[in-house]
Amino acid sequence: MTTVDRETAPGVVAPPADHPEPPHHHRPAGRAGGGGRGRIGSVEVLAVLLVLRVVLRAPNPGALSSPRLQTWTTVFVAIMVQATPFLVFGVALSAVIAVFVPRSFWARALPRHPALAVPVASCAGVVLPGCECASVPVAGSLMRSGVTPAAALAFLLAAPAVNPIVLASTAVAFPGRPQMVVARAVASLIVAMAMGWLWLRWGKLDWIRLPARPELDDLARWRAFWAAVRHDIMHAGGFLALGAMAAATINVVVPKQWMQTIADNPALGVLAMAALAILLSICSEADAFVAASMSQFSLTARLAFLVVGPMVDLKLVSMQAGVFGRRFAMRFAPATVAVAVLVSVLAGGVLL
Amino acid sequence: MNRQAQGVVLLLLGGAVLRASLSDLYLRYVRQGLRPFLICAGIVLVIAAIMTLWYDLRRTLDAGGDEHGHGHREPGVGWLLILPVLGLVLVAPPALGSYAAGQSGTALGSQQLSDFPPLPAGDPAQISVLDYASRAVFDEGHSIGPRRVQLTGFIMAAPDGSTYLARMVLSCCAADARPVKVGLAGDGAPTGLGPDTWVQVTGTYTAQHTTDPVNKEQIPFLTVTEWHMTKAPKNQYEG
Repeated sequence: MTTVDRETAPGVVAPPADHPEPPHHHRPAGRAGGGGRGRIGSVEVLAVLLVLRVVLRAPNPGALSSPRLQTWTTVFVAIMVQATPFLVFGVALSAVIAVFVPRSFWARALPRHPALAVPVASCAGVVLPGCECASVPVAGSLMRSGVTPAAALAFLLAAPAVNPIVLASTAVAFPGRPQMVVARAVASLIVAMAMGWLWLRWGKLDWIRLPARPELDDLARWRAFWAAVRHDIMHAGGFLALGAMAAATINVVVPKQWMQTIADNPALGVLAMAALAILLSICSEADAFVAASMSQFSLTARLAFLVVGPMVDLKLVSMQAGVFGRRFAMRFAPATVAVAVLVSVLAGGVLL
Repeated sequence: MNRQAQGVVLLLLGGAVLRASLSDLYLRYVRQGLRPFLICAGIVLVIAAIMTLWYDLRRTLDAGGDEHGHGHREPGVGWLLILPVLGLVLVAPPALGSYAAGQSGTALGSQQLSDFPPLPAGDPAQISVLDYASRAVFDEGHSIGPRRVQLTGFIMAAPDGSTYLARMVLSCCAADARPVKVGLAGDGAPTGLGPDTWVQVTGTYTAQHTTDPVNKEQIPFLTVTEWHMTKAPKNQYEG
């Protein structure tokens, strides 16, 4: 008896049929469906890397002469290095959910009614100590396991914002302002629940396209576990790299002088901080320190930065598009931003 | 992207992360506290790579080289994971320095404590650039008094042509790095140094200060009595 997860999500693409293989039997599956581009195998990659390694004997920071390009590379590598442990942790957890947790567990753990499952899932996010890179694969895995998408999405939004590590770092970043921690937790939970309920009301299941996982169906547990880990790291990690490149570009290109003029207008300040949170893609465990250092902005604007950042940013949207499909990400991200900004302003007005 | 290729990419990524975290390379990008997690992640990546390659080899052997039944679509986006590997192994870009510091305003916003503990013992007292700037700006130098302090940082050009001593402060990774800048006053102040030169300056508190044009925050000054060039510290970030 195996508890390996079965594909249930609607709209899942069936695996394409077999491909004619070249006579080299060491390359079982090439770039299937690769749009007619040439096949690039691992052997070629290794060859290129070895050549590069020989050409550039030692790590060579001097290769990047422009300080701007150098800064870009440092920020890109830093985001990837910072995110890797969280990505691996999240992927391993999601593989455990996919392979080892029986589906019946979720049916028992969550209230049967989806509208009630949403707040429960939001609060469950409190216990996942990680940043947003971990929660995307976990949410995908929850959906595969039959958790109602609304609850999985609420978890996705709440987990990176309200867990103890993030709240503690917020408290440290804003010494003497505990109301900032409260406002962040409350506003994030409200946004997560609101988005879950909005999804129940207007969301369409066929927006979500979880990538096919045919290999998990017929495999032994550990084999399925490693297959899921491999697939998720390649997939979410690839989109993470894409998002990290965008974030590094923004980090280098956007002149910080603009902010001073914007900060003087309260409404503009809130929108600017929300936009900045999306563009900078800072890990939710660090964003409080950055927000604290932007003292020219109002507390409400900085709260918007803290609420929007863990829910929507370049690398997250990129990962969500990869894990749930582009049609989903295109609708979900803007709606989340709108709700998050609105709730931040209200929470800021009441609590700060 | 076939499974072999995925295995190789995983192996390269895991290897690069392990290499960076077992040496001091990772300190250019993230905080010291992340090290154990980086090592764990690197190990998991390497194991995942080995398992991927092993299962792939076994499947090929089982199928006798004739049947390759699992040619399903795999994400080509995974190739992008080669980029951080290239970044870490081939380029290993330096820690953020004077260019990045010039782009951002000095960042003391999160340090508004009212009570500062006494300076550490010793003459001169060795404190961080962030500590000096916080004491100078928020405490108006009361907790420094007449004592001599020693700061280590890199040189960056101020907009008016003079030089600042600066240090980047990190809370998670280099993407959130913010500079702390201290102006260098007095006849003993270093001159003629290029940006990103690491120096150790000794001096006393002065009430002189200026404003950072980037974010209108205060930049305090230090009256320098002596200074010398130094090697960049192992961890170039503060905070």
